[in-house]
Amino acid sequence: MILTGAEIVAETLTEQGCRTVFGYPGGQVTDLFDALYRRKDRIRHILTAHEQGAAHAADGFARATGQVGVVIATSGPGATNLITGIAAAYLDSVPVVAITGNVPCSQIGRDSFQEVDIVGVSMPVTKHNFIVKDVNELADTMREAFRIAKSGRPGPVLIDIPKDVQEAACEFTPHDAPVEPEPLRCSSNHRLQWAADRIIAAKRPYIYFGGGVIAGNASEELLAFAERLDAPLGCSLMGLSAVPSGHPRFLGMQGMHGHYAASVAEDESDLVIALGVRFSDRATGQKERFSKNFSIIHIDIDGAELNKNISAQLTIRGDLKDALRRLTAIIPQQMHPGWNTRISALRSEEARRTAASHARQQRAGFLTHFEILDAVSGAAEDDAVIVTDVGQHQMWTAQRYPLKHPRTFLTSGGLGAMGFGMGAAIGAFLATGKRAVLFTGDGSFGMNLNELATAVSVHANLVIVIMNNGVLGMVRQWQTLFFEQHYAATTLNRKTDFVKVAEGFGAQGMHASTPAELETAVSAAFSQDGPFVIDCAVNCDELVLPMLPPGGSIDDIITEIK
Amino acid sequence: MEQQYVIGVLVANISGVLSRVSGMFTRRGFNIDCLTVGETESSKFSRITVAFHGDDDIKERIVTQLEKLHDVKEVEVLSPNETVIRELLLLKVRNSAETRQDIMTAVEIFRSKIVDYSAQALVCELTGESTKIDAFIELMKSYGIMEICRTGIVAIERGENCLRTLHEK
Repeated sequence: MILTGAEIVAETLTEQGCRTVFGYPGGQVTDLFDALYRRKDRIRHILTAHEQGAAHAADGFARATGQVGVVIATSGPGATNLITGIAAAYLDSVPVVAITGNVPCSQIGRDSFQEVDIVGVSMPVTKHNFIVKDVNELADTMREAFRIAKSGRPGPVLIDIPKDVQEAACEFTPHDAPVEPEPLRCSSNHRLQWAADRIIAAKRPYIYFGGGVIAGNASEELLAFAERLDAPLGCSLMGLSAVPSGHPRFLGMQGMHGHYAASVAEDESDLVIALGVRFSDRATGQKERFSKNFSIIHIDIDGAELNKNISAQLTIRGDLKDALRRLTAIIPQQMHPGWNTRISALRSEEARRTAASHARQQRAGFLTHFEILDAVSGAAEDDAVIVTDVGQHQMWTAQRYPLKHPRTFLTSGGLGAMGFGMGAAIGAFLATGKRAVLFTGDGSFGMNLNELATAVSVHANLVIVIMNNGVLGMVRQWQTLFFEQHYAATTLNRKTDFVKVAEGFGAQGMHASTPAELETAVSAAFSQDGPFVIDCAVNCDELVLPMLPPGGSIDDIITEIK
Repeated sequence: MEQQYVIGVLVANISGVLSRVSGMFTRRGFNIDCLTVGETESSKFSRITVAFHGDDDIKERIVTQLEKLHDVKEVEVLSPNETVIRELLLLKVRNSAETRQDIMTAVEIFRSKIVDYSAQALVCELTGESTKIDAFIELMKSYGIMEICRTGIVAIERGENCLRTLHEK
């Protein structure tokens, strides 16, 4: 059949299994929006308040499901507004396809109205990108974009389509199934055997896993592997939710604001088996000191991550699910009673320190993050998708929220983009139909609270918990600890009433500054199913602990402030 | 140990591919000594030759990052002993009665060629390994170099191995 470029985009989207797209219209995508309008029974378009929100929503949609998220924006400012969202997806390896319009081919390169070289701009933050100048190549380029986004280590792909290509027509042959991702690479047998030999020889093995376990759908294999090794598990921020927080072998997140027991256990281990991680500086601290006491086996699907940040003694490139299954099969049951006794002692020590920290942080008129997280997690459904913005609230949530299922913790780990949360939470809700709970701060929420409008429009089942301390808490924490308490530009001192803001957007909200008020607000929020803001008063001097100072190591860990 | 590496990169012959390759070097903080690009025997592929300084670790990171680029089809580190490396120089030198004969002698000894002759200037063409080109330039300095232009190196493996057959495997 003969279709226009715009229709081909819409048809290939449905062909690739896409039922929901996020976006914002504009001059150079009106053809595409018209094609979507005429297919609204097959594709739902979600109009956001801002293109950044749309990009984060597509990202959240993809993180919550593993499917490709799709976002559409017009040329120029529409396209540049996507960039933070695309970069967040890139750094956290999330499959997203971003479609932008552009000025007609004849106008390209002339600084036309709303013209930006978005392929050039997005090159460093996409897995790959395309500009399609011939309508005959459009359908296959769309398919290729989906294939690249979901193959191997996932990531965002951008397709830029000039307006005249959307208007032009050509023959279109539909495919009956979505493109298959490239087959995942299997690890080599002899490397797995070397790994097994090292693991069997280890006295104090420690498993450090990251987002690769979630992307590779390898949670079960990971737990079976840990049982076989009789070893403790710790993770990076991106690894959270891959295993249940309450699992007896799981020590939690390690690194800059990681759990004491996880960071210390890793340092005391003699072999770290690193799975689907990239050894971010936030996870390792000072690189020279990081692996002084242990050797490393590093397994990842992306060969470029091996020996990139940290040199490993043995590297294996391959699919984690396959590698873990095969490793578990060739390793006999290990027993490390002494090591596990030491791990239990570390856990007890951590519990003692956490309790002391909680007691010290309680102040009249304020809620602590302990109280907030415990109250919310007590009320939220087990399958609710937990989303965060970026800052202190993010680390507290990562440390304490009891997660139960993979893909229920969405956070901007690599990019650390404040403002990620609103879009991502809306995307997660629309993808799963389950309640989303956004933990945010007054700083982060201020960045993209316009998406409350979207949340209300789509009647998102979304509880927004603001840990409101009136400051940009994480930067303030650095100023407290390392900049002689010079609170440069971190005191917000704003008169914003977030409950009124919520009401102004057509959502509901309540303030809470005591445990009793919190309980009332939480029970109100979780007994309805629309967007609901809980504005929690938190003290501005509460710190995220423990902390490994930037560029520091486990030797410098700060667990208490005198 | 820091040394110069030369890599051959087979890429799709489409617009933007040079930006992607050079952009990877910039973005990740790797320095390029020189980079050349041209179409291959198949119009589907171009071949990029990149030379850079670094240790083994940096070399590995460059190769693995290049291999991740969608338009990059094959990357090979070329071993100096197994590789023919050439560079082309065009050099414009002042033409004067006092120096002309010496320049001609040097041109002959270096197996260079004079490709343009005018009253004020001579243009010499020279191909060879970079060290030979360096030596020629050094020698010409005393005669008054007006302008030079060098291509950067191209490199091809000796024997029957080809990047494209590696790719097709």
